[in-house]
Amino acid sequence: MAGTAEAQKQIAEVTGDYKYGFVTDIDMDMAPKGLSEDVIRFISAKKEEPAWMLEWRLKAYRAWLKMDEPDWAKVSFPKIDYQDAYYFAAPKKKDGPKSLDEVDPELLATYAKLGIPIREQEVLAGVQGSAKVAVDAVFDSVSVATTFREELKKAGVIFMSISEAIREYPEMVKKYLATVVPVRDNYFAALNCAVFTDGTFVYVPKGVRCPMELSTYFRINAENTGQFERTLIVADEGSYVSYLEGCTAPMRDENQLHAAVVELIALDDAEIKYSTVQNWYPGDKEGKGGIYNFVTKRALCKGKNSKVSWTQVETGSAVTWKYPSCILAGEGSVGEFYSVAVTNNYQQADTGTKMIHMAPNTRSTIISKGISAGKSQNTYRGLVKVLSGAENVRNYTQCDSLLVSSESGAHTVPYIEVKNPTAQIEHEATTSKISEDQMFYCRARGLGEEEAVAMIVNGFCKEVMQHLPMEFAVEAQKLLGISLEGSVG
Amino acid sequence: MLNIKDLHVSVGDKEIVKGLNLEIKAGETHAIMGLNGAGKSTLAAAIAGRDDYEVTSGSIEFGGKDMLALEPHERVGEGLFLGFQYPVEIPGVSNLNFLRTALNSVRKYRGEAEMSAAEFMKLVREKAKALNMDPEMLKRFVNVGFSGGEKKRNEMVQMAVLDPKLAILDETDSGLDIDALKTVAEGINTQRRKDTAILLITHYQRLLSYVQPDVVHVMIDGRIVKSGGKELALELEEKGYADVA
Repeated sequence: MAGTAEAQKQIAEVTGDYKYGFVTDIDMDMAPKGLSEDVIRFISAKKEEPAWMLEWRLKAYRAWLKMDEPDWAKVSFPKIDYQDAYYFAAPKKKDGPKSLDEVDPELLATYAKLGIPIREQEVLAGVQGSAKVAVDAVFDSVSVATTFREELKKAGVIFMSISEAIREYPEMVKKYLATVVPVRDNYFAALNCAVFTDGTFVYVPKGVRCPMELSTYFRINAENTGQFERTLIVADEGSYVSYLEGCTAPMRDENQLHAAVVELIALDDAEIKYSTVQNWYPGDKEGKGGIYNFVTKRALCKGKNSKVSWTQVETGSAVTWKYPSCILAGEGSVGEFYSVAVTNNYQQADTGTKMIHMAPNTRSTIISKGISAGKSQNTYRGLVKVLSGAENVRNYTQCDSLLVSSESGAHTVPYIEVKNPTAQIEHEATTSKISEDQMFYCRARGLGEEEAVAMIVNGFCKEVMQHLPMEFAVEAQKLLGISLEGSVG
Repeated sequence: MLNIKDLHVSVGDKEIVKGLNLEIKAGETHAIMGLNGAGKSTLAAAIAGRDDYEVTSGSIEFGGKDMLALEPHERVGEGLFLGFQYPVEIPGVSNLNFLRTALNSVRKYRGEAEMSAAEFMKLVREKAKALNMDPEMLKRFVNVGFSGGEKKRNEMVQMAVLDPKLAILDETDSGLDIDALKTVAEGINTQRRKDTAILLITHYQRLLSYVQPDVVHVMIDGRIVKSGGKELALELEEKGYADVA
């Protein structure tokens, strides 16, 4: 494995210490480059994880070694050297901050630069009387600030980093972790299981309507650091939670791997609304750099009449491979997928959803809007599957593609597998080019070229955007315009 | 205000406007009449700066500025408005949002501050009311599912809100019933002032009974072949283009 002798010595110390309990003093903030069982031991020790968790990670790692990278998506990129990345990097602090006052002002400045709304910055900074959006900030793998936990606690809602949850609620984590996305589900999910460094855990108890929108910001900072976030949300019977996830990443040159796993579990009559604005660095105009976004997001509608709604606005990343899905296992459960995917320059996106109807009277809705500009490739890939025992299933799918440039590509790959004759499946798809008439009309009313494109594209995405929570919708609209800058002409 | 000299416009390889001269002064209303294919709409699009409408020679001056050096939206900023023969649908974009973005873009070009939401709403409601437009239509997507008359009325609301120095109205009267025609004519007449000018492009004399022009031009095959007072329109109606020209 890669790494200096010194680093290996340190790892040996850490993993050596681990046998006797928790590590108390580790000077090293980074695991050496590369991936090995030792690195996984290091991560686990760093996270002060119990033994079962380490075993679980090692099993996943061994499984991953035997798996192959998937190659069926319509994306292409240079082969990833998994030994040429760091799997653990933490902000340089000896102890975690005990209160928000201890949060590095540099970090807060970074949030400001990333354009995180003042309101949420205030929340993050713990300003008295600031709006109630709880932010669990993930900064380079470690959760450095968690707010509003107390208020949530009063409602019985658990909202904390997954590392803390593993320590504080091990039984609950054990009960649900990898039950929706099994360890061996796919190459990137297995990798995530082995090396995930942080993420979020949410539990909403029976009958509780979560008193605020939960929000997490992810960001990649250190060079060569892969991000392997792990999110687990459990909504108990009759509960409701809305979770917002937004990602931004600064300019950088080298490709970075982001392989998150998100698992949602909705029990009887529970509802989870999961919204994403993904704006990872897409690479430059020549297609250099950018994030590889290989994410596994899946929800299990386990209980009867449960509901999960995915809404995503994907504008970033050099390569996106992402299919937020719903397994509709509870009778009468509902799955929804609302997606906007924008690609520009040399970006590639292969995204969509899977709706697996296992139980009777389950319903799903898929609305996908793909916008391709520059020389990008944008693919919708979706599966609607109805199992034989699932009576009276309904699905409605609408896939619209808009081409902004003549050199870009839009592709739609719907799979429909129906094994029950009572199912009603509707699929509509359109592909259109941004019209000269619309452009001229907007411009003849005083809009600049890019303003006109942004307006037409926002109109095209309206049906999806209206499903975003208000504070996100405004940001997302701006983001669409920004993402398409320079795409005209 | 508008000064066009020896204008030649081609679309693709085909020359449509073939040496056109036109001068419009502030306070004047002109009408260009002509048959289909005479080049009227091409002229309007070229003045507004549509892509693919190539000005091969000649000049267009507006308010002392060389329009050909400006982008379409900059021309709007300078005070030009083009009313469309076929207003375009923009799904998902509400009329209000569209209008507000348009107005603020123009204000930005002129170095003015954005209009506040409250001020804007007041202005739009007032203009819509004057043109008998149902305020509910302001919330609907731009021209989507509008009848022909509603679309034209919407153009008039846009014109009223943007308050241009020169409005070029391309076949604004086509497809209107008599009530809608009267409303649209009222909208145009409201826009007629000492400091503004109007250029009507039309097939028929009908609109000109409600909006009386100062000058009528006859356009045939890419050129203005005859100009006169408002009586010329009646003459055209009576005798047809061939005889008058």
